[in-house]
Amino acid sequence: MRIYADNAATTKMSKAAIEAMMPYITDIFGNPSSLYSEGQRAKEAIENARETVGRCIGASPKEIYFTSGGSEADNQALRSAVYEGKIKGKTKIITDTIEHHAVLHTLKKLEKEGFEVVYLPVGKNGIVNADDVINELDDKTCLVTVMYANNEIGTVQPIRKIGEACRRRNIVFHTDAVQAVGHIPVNVTADNVDMLSASAHKFHGPKGVGFLYVRKGVRLHNLIEGGAQERGKRAGTENVPGIVSAAAALEEAVSDIDKNTEKLTHLRDRLIKGLSEIPHSALNGDLKERLPSNVNFCFEGIEGESLLLLLDDKGISASSGSACTSGSLDPSHVLLAIGRPHDVAHGSLRLTLGENATEEEVDYIVSAVKEVVSYLRGFSPVWRDLCAGKSKFLL
Amino acid sequence: MALYSEKVMDHFRNPRNVGTIENADGVGEVGNARCGDIMKIYLKIDDGIIADVKFETFGCGSAIASSSMATELIKGKPVSEAMALTNKAVAEALDGLPDYKMHCSVLAEEAIKNALEDYYSKHPEQRKDE
Ligand SMILES: Cc1ncc(COP(=O)(O)O)c(C=O)c1O
Ligand SMILES: [Zn+2]
Repeated sequence: MRIYADNAATTKMSKAAIEAMMPYITDIFGNPSSLYSEGQRAKEAIENARETVGRCIGASPKEIYFTSGGSEADNQALRSAVYEGKIKGKTKIITDTIEHHAVLHTLKKLEKEGFEVVYLPVGKNGIVNADDVINELDDKTCLVTVMYANNEIGTVQPIRKIGEACRRRNIVFHTDAVQAVGHIPVNVTADNVDMLSASAHKFHGPKGVGFLYVRKGVRLHNLIEGGAQERGKRAGTENVPGIVSAAAALEEAVSDIDKNTEKLTHLRDRLIKGLSEIPHSALNGDLKERLPSNVNFCFEGIEGESLLLLLDDKGISASSGSACTSGSLDPSHVLLAIGRPHDVAHGSLRLTLGENATEEEVDYIVSAVKEVVSYLRGFSPVWRDLCAGKSKFLL
Repeated sequence: MALYSEKVMDHFRNPRNVGTIENADGVGEVGNARCGDIMKIYLKIDDGIIADVKFETFGCGSAIASSSMATELIKGKPVSEAMALTNKAVAEALDGLPDYKMHCSVLAEEAIKNALEDYYSKHPEQRKDE
């Protein structure tokens, strides 16, 4: 038996997404820029997809630009907004410390280009304080970028409130909604969002496809120059099968949100309850304001990678914010940002459930994690010192 | 390709010489929880021979496998030979480690040497014998 509990990393393509893609791999292979019928049919399919995607997030089709995924959408949104701001002499960017690297690394580059970036801390619950953002807004601010939901700890951010304040001051507000779209209700109009990034492989669509929503009236600069695709804003022959498939996946995901949320929230809370029974453990991120599928824990005295490998042996696919799993020296910047010390952050486990998960699977995960954690603690010198009182328990 | 060799996975799944030794002749501990790997080595030494060795490790798969392999490589060996253990030997015995995991084998070498130094500090006369 395999239990795939890493849906924040990527999801399995839905049947609808696979079926939608097929004709555009086989017969309707034309270049959408071509005049003859194979091309025009492909073009039509893209425009239909654009309409579907727009409808799913409360946007009009003209506000949707297809990209190669979430990272590209983030890169283009950020660079576009700040270059546009610079023309008007505005060079300040406001963000937070738990953004995805697609945002954080772009911002680091922009700092080198002379932009000032304010990284607002998040609370211990992993949520940005909207008032902190609002207090930072000033006439120099050209962009606010705050993610909709965090990819590691699943916390959902106060997007609507931040968006409202930005709109009032006419400051561009971008949100990386890669983890939110298709999972929780997202409406760019109600949320006062100017730019939004999404990625198809997170909602049962294909990898390598995503989109950027740009509100009408907000200028968009190119990241990729070339042909006139995507209304001249994103060059390159379109990934027709991917785009069509992404729209089909999103349509299904959005129509199932209510049903899935109820089911997943129940399973998530059951999982949280079960794992909380492990001594010296703690849930990362707010208990309530979190994605319905996300569970993230720290277990004191153990390291995440060995936990993942042993869970893999037990048929469970999960992820961790430990340094060893990322190949870097530091554990997850998100766990550090919510105040977990390095020692504890290394022992983290992220489980992100799929819509087909069952109570039996959740119970199996709980018993497997309990078993593996206590096995690893059994020969951990850190755990020994904690139990002997030589060092202090942090959790 | 899998992340780790079969050998690494074997030593990770079935680590040899796990545990502690009461009244050990030498104890070594290296690494810190900050960087994510800590190894502790316990030695029992009789007549200049590593009669027994045990380890405890907090760390990733390759850290656990490296500790296990390092203890296997020195068990039953003269102290002088154990002192000559290299991280390369540990990594090679594991059929290799990914580049960014080589530090785990370094830690294993250091943990063994740290424990041997502890032994020598308690038995300075032994060092002269070498
Ligand atoms: C919050 C967030 N932003 C951006 C990305 C990048 O998306 P993609 O893999 O489509 O480039 C991801 C996916 O890992 C994500 O979780
Ligand atoms: Zn390691």
